[in-house]
Amino acid sequence: MLAPLHKHLLNDYQQDFPLSPTPYRDIADQLGVSEDEVLAAFKSLSEQHMISRIGPVIAPNSIGCSALVAMAVPEADLARVAEQISEYPEVNHNYERENRFNLWFVAVADDEHQLQQVIADIEIKTGYTAMLLPMLADYFINLGFELNLHD
Amino acid sequence: MSLDVIDRQIIQATQAGLPLVTEPYQAVAEQLGLTTEDVMQRMQAMQDNGVIRRIAAVPNHYKIGYRFNGMTVWDVDDQQVDMLGRRVAELSFVSHCYQRPRHLPEWPYNLFAMVHGKTEQDAEQQAAIIAELLGDSSCQHQVLYSTKILKKTGLRIAG
Repeated sequence: MLAPLHKHLLNDYQQDFPLSPTPYRDIADQLGVSEDEVLAAFKSLSEQHMISRIGPVIAPNSIGCSALVAMAVPEADLARVAEQISEYPEVNHNYERENRFNLWFVAVADDEHQLQQVIADIEIKTGYTAMLLPMLADYFINLGFELNLHD
Repeated sequence: MSLDVIDRQIIQATQAGLPLVTEPYQAVAEQLGLTTEDVMQRMQAMQDNGVIRRIAAVPNHYKIGYRFNGMTVWDVDDQQVDMLGRRVAELSFVSHCYQRPRHLPEWPYNLFAMVHGKTEQDAEQQAAIIAELLGDSSCQHQVLYSTKILKKTGLRIAG
């Protein structure tokens, strides 16, 4: 069970974490609690990994060059291939999904050329073909993802 | 959207998260040898030009109970994909919505929308709402659930 303060912090600051010298005091003032309470609650949410981070969310491809990549890997070989791919520092998400294309990851590099090199290297190392799915358009709407925290 | 060296340093210093201290931007400024005012102004400018999408306490959907992360993929008419993509993105349960290239014949899908449900039924219901919105404009679709998170880190740019 989450305390009301924790729920507010999780739900209300997905868009507008204050850009001010004392953001936690600003939040405390908005919620009518103390700055120490806000800091302690955020620390606890971070420690429980309910918040992955507090910081800027960078628009895709505004720095560097990224692509979603899918691979179809036989079940028996999946653990090896997944581990090899996760080891690349250029890979920042790697998910197993229920599909013939069962391995999905995001690769980020400084530019297009370097991205192609990383993908080529991954294909050689793993022995499987990579399907590149770069973003062509981002239908981004500035709305928060409404969290249902009532359980 | 041109970024100079200092903008990049600020992103590198903050992308994994601001420090949990009373004056986090000041802590970043000290680390980079800048003034707090400088860091904040540059972050505001990067927000204005779209490099920084938002500053957020980013929830970990999985950990707070959204265990069913579904990548819904749709084969939508190319002429309509922009209009429909924007409408799908407006749905409150869709966290990301992108157009991506098809790879025919094995991958006919050009519209991707991420949904998050606490149960598989929730996620399926969300996919059904998207299906209804797209109607005949989508000839086929799939929902790919993640069965394992093998690696997940925030965006990292080279140092």
